[in-house]
Amino acid sequence: MTGLLSVRDLRVGFGQNPKANEVVKGVSFDLGPGETLGIVGESGSGKSVSALSINRLVDFGGGRITHGSIQLTRSDGTVLDVAKADEKTLLGIRGRDVGMIFQEPMTSLNPVHTVGAQIEEAFRLSKGLTGAQAHKATLDVLGRVRIPDAQSRLGYYPHQLSGGMRQRIMIAMALAASPRVLIADEPTTALDVTVQAQIMALLAELREETGMAMIFITHDIGLVAGIADRIMVMQNGVAVEQGETDGVLDNPQHDYTRHLLRAVPHFTSGKAVRDDGRRAEQQEPIVKVDNLVVRFPVGKAWFKPKGAIHAVDGVSFDLVPGETLAIVGESGCGKSTTARALLGLNSKTRGEIVTEAGRSVRPVQMVFQDPFASLNPRLNVEALLAEPAIANGQRRDDALRERMTFLLDRVGLPQDALTRYPHQFSGGQRQRLCIARALMLNPDVVVLDEAVSALDVSVQAKVLELLVDLQQEFGLAYLFISHDMAVVERIAHRIAVMFAGQIVELGEARAVLSDPQHSYTKRLIAAVPAIERRKQRFAVDMTQVPSLVRPPGFEPSPAQWREAGDDHRVRVEDTP
Amino acid sequence: MSYVVQRLLTFPLILLGVSILVFVAIRLVPGDAITAMLGTEAGLLTPVQRETLAAYFGIDQPIWAQYLRWLTGLFQGDLGISSIYGKPVLTVILERFPLTLQLSLMSMVIALSVGVPLGVLAASRNERPSDLVVRVLAMLGQSTPNFVVGILIIYVLSVFFGFVPAMGTFTPLFTDPLASIAQLIFPAITLGFAFAASVTRISRSAMLDVLSDDYVRTARSKGASPMSVIWHHALPNALIPVVTLSGVEFGYLLGGAVIVEQIFALPGLGRLVLDAITQRDYALVQGTVLFIAFNFLVVNLLVDLAYVALDPRIRIGRR
Amino acid sequence: MGKMMSSLFRHPSGRIGLVIIGLYLLAAILGTLGLTPHDPLKLFAIDRLKAPSQTYWFGTDLLGRDAFSRLMVGIRQSMLIAFASVAIATIAGTIIGLLSAWWGGIWDGIFMRVMDVLLAFPAILLALLIIAIVGPGTMTSVAAIAIVYTPIFARVVRGPALSLKQRDFVDAARTFGSSQGYVLTRHLLLNLVAPLVVQVTLALAWALLTEAGLSFLGLGTQPPTPSLGLMLAESRNLMTHAPWLMIFPAVTIMLGILGFNLTGDALRDILDPRTQRREA
Repeated sequence: MTGLLSVRDLRVGFGQNPKANEVVKGVSFDLGPGETLGIVGESGSGKSVSALSINRLVDFGGGRITHGSIQLTRSDGTVLDVAKADEKTLLGIRGRDVGMIFQEPMTSLNPVHTVGAQIEEAFRLSKGLTGAQAHKATLDVLGRVRIPDAQSRLGYYPHQLSGGMRQRIMIAMALAASPRVLIADEPTTALDVTVQAQIMALLAELREETGMAMIFITHDIGLVAGIADRIMVMQNGVAVEQGETDGVLDNPQHDYTRHLLRAVPHFTSGKAVRDDGRRAEQQEPIVKVDNLVVRFPVGKAWFKPKGAIHAVDGVSFDLVPGETLAIVGESGCGKSTTARALLGLNSKTRGEIVTEAGRSVRPVQMVFQDPFASLNPRLNVEALLAEPAIANGQRRDDALRERMTFLLDRVGLPQDALTRYPHQFSGGQRQRLCIARALMLNPDVVVLDEAVSALDVSVQAKVLELLVDLQQEFGLAYLFISHDMAVVERIAHRIAVMFAGQIVELGEARAVLSDPQHSYTKRLIAAVPAIERRKQRFAVDMTQVPSLVRPPGFEPSPAQWREAGDDHRVRVEDTP
Repeated sequence: MSYVVQRLLTFPLILLGVSILVFVAIRLVPGDAITAMLGTEAGLLTPVQRETLAAYFGIDQPIWAQYLRWLTGLFQGDLGISSIYGKPVLTVILERFPLTLQLSLMSMVIALSVGVPLGVLAASRNERPSDLVVRVLAMLGQSTPNFVVGILIIYVLSVFFGFVPAMGTFTPLFTDPLASIAQLIFPAITLGFAFAASVTRISRSAMLDVLSDDYVRTARSKGASPMSVIWHHALPNALIPVVTLSGVEFGYLLGGAVIVEQIFALPGLGRLVLDAITQRDYALVQGTVLFIAFNFLVVNLLVDLAYVALDPRIRIGRR
Repeated sequence: MGKMMSSLFRHPSGRIGLVIIGLYLLAAILGTLGLTPHDPLKLFAIDRLKAPSQTYWFGTDLLGRDAFSRLMVGIRQSMLIAFASVAIATIAGTIIGLLSAWWGGIWDGIFMRVMDVLLAFPAILLALLIIAIVGPGTMTSVAAIAIVYTPIFARVVRGPALSLKQRDFVDAARTFGSSQGYVLTRHLLLNLVAPLVVQVTLALAWALLTEAGLSFLGLGTQPPTPSLGLMLAESRNLMTHAPWLMIFPAVTIMLGILGFNLTGDALRDILDPRTQRREA
């Protein structure tokens, strides 16, 4: 055997009777030295469980390997079957032979130990380094993961670092043991897209430097296109397809792979934008937002405020009937605060929000990100859907029931859903319920705050289709808040890009996506993974988002705009 | 740091509330304030004597003025005169306090040194026989009132060992440490019994929560040994709720001392409260209740500070 | 509710707890109806300090009263005080905690500081203070235990109520313009039922314990009405001669508390959103 790792007919089950409860149902793959394998699948596909079997961490989650072998060639040349190894042997495997980084950098570091101590521990466990040696090695490895000012960061606790920084620490910790295989389990899913690009670039560089093999697990087939040599696609615990990256992407054999490649939104730099419902000349806006400012005082418990978080700073836009305006940006840019201010959920500090009297007393309605949190679990669907109507003085009569069944049918849910409770529905179905509820009052505008972000990629595509259908049928205007450029490309007519509380670029969707003008928009779009961008190399870029906390009385300088096209405006940047 | 400052600021506020409550409570005693102050002896007074006394104690003044006067006295350590002992209340309390403090601390040490290891053991052997045994014992322990434990201990000691725990006069710790600890060991076990059970339960469930946290998985992925995972990575995090519980439970220990001191006939603060109530020595009731509440608050404040020391997320804000 | 009872019965410790509570309720009802083997107050002068027998199942005390009958009436007394005080504490604490969380700001500050003041006293001490003022008796015990546990309920309700207030479904209700009353009852209170049910069950255990403790000190239920704590206290001087007078009340108190603790624990397991998610 020449490979580094060879997995044969791996089966993993959970619970009292693991054989009857299999999550991984006979998976085989090989990994050579220095090779990168991408494992792609949606939630429940068994991709993470397969990976966690390689260092047998799956045992601690209640999983049991019921069948198959995992042949691992160790650094001394011996071959070990991990599937049958005892816990003592496994301790020597973990870290030293198989390193791992996880999805949640926020919770994967121990909150009570400094990051320096946690990395030093990895050096002690794998190489027996202690004291000054471990300290020096830790400084070195922090440099290798491009953490600036490493000396002082050693004494930081995890909560003092940003998500991207914590993921670098995790990578440093895995590198400390110089593993021969690095398993990366959705390492960038919880991160912003520009930070994701940085981490991906770092992983690619480190792979070159160390020659380690990598298993990269993700739900985003576009992301592995950039890094993997080979791809394995998983569905319901089975590897439905595997092969060279180019072969799988260009010539997919299995229906599910084709579905992932074609039906699921992928970013195409503006080629897939909608061509319906273009804004007509002289159309009257239904919502007009003028110079909206939302600030949250900080440190106000003490005598006078130290300053304020300028969450939204001078945002202006309008929305005409039947149109989708997408507000895109990364976490903390103020896009959700803008949406919530529109509904009066955050009080605005200044500015004007004018809504034309529309079809209903409450012309603006909202759909939230998390379909689990936005439905009261103790109420049945009938009570949930009736709530907006009852709140606005309607009676619980046949007409109301008719409206409910009509909308349920319209969003693709069965009639008998009325008597059921939220926990009896899947995430996608719940989001359909939320959409139906938002439509109960026959609004003109629906604010969709990351409304498809929590859904699996295939479900995302279906809910997006539904949203487009509903828009056409009811003449709805959407304010679509999202961080996901691929999704935005499919639904937006116009796009506003927000950065640090301000709109930096606003215009027709195709223009913004295919010809970005502002430096931030360019950076954002360059960072979005895409199937076309194979083996792409990013420069490791450490630009940080500026702090939004400003001293009392601070006012930003008024925006200067420049026209980049018919319907395409860009904020003029200060030349540093 | 603002968390600590906030705690330090609310502390005097609550203390003030406690003093108002205790002051008003005693004024609510049926009958007049002279009776409240002198107890049954008040029945022997002539009307003129009553008026003189009323003026002397300032009872003829409005209630808020009386409260301020009383509060000023508190700051000077004047808690009034005990009618049972004919001595200043504070003096009586300070005579009794060392016993109760030692008793509470001893039971706390017993509870923590039994409870934490048992809880950790049970959590690391989740759903195995040793875990089940610990859980059943903890459940029984938590359901057994301290007076039942105390009486059973006395019964077993006297019937099977012919031994009666030393009662009556208390040997202070500094006079003869061994004798002092020996005298309080059974009362401390009695008092710490239920506390040990709840420490076990909390440690177990906190450990179980922590063991399923992501950073524990990270530690395992580095190849950390099971011992290191439990003691180095998990326990420091699991201790946070245990510390919180200890603060709350210390109050129950001070309260439980009332019953345990009664059973073992120990002259502590708890017995003092009981005597004061049954003999209607209201100045003493007021003083002891206030003193115990004050101690409870101080301990809780200390526990909160310990909590801060344990958790860097509170100790150091984000940078 | 029916679903909760059946899953409680499937839970091993829930089943034991329910059986114990059932037996105690039965004893309490029979005790109230006077359906005891003997008159609990009647002195059988010739049968003083008799060991357990077919006539006197748990023996007789120093005055020749039947211990079993007295235990039944004692259970009734304990259950009455526990249920009454916990009911008052639950209602008062829920209202305070809910409004405190909902109104927030200065009201939250005032309500919770007042609760903090009450919590600054160890439970039994606060009860003793109240007894010192009003004098011992059944009603005093009820009031004292209710006051002691009100702040605990207020805290138990306020924490989850605050987090529910931040939930998206409450935000959603605000976007429809739902009334405050609707949000408070349907979105907050309805979701608080689960933690409240657990807390009520556990509070019943504490209330039994506190009541027994007070009457053990002679400051709870007053003689001649039988009470578990007092029976145990009276047995102390006789423990070498008549250990049954000690054993039976001790076990009765323990079992009662155990019954509620077991049920409360089982309820927590069943209603815990984490275990629920695992099942779903």
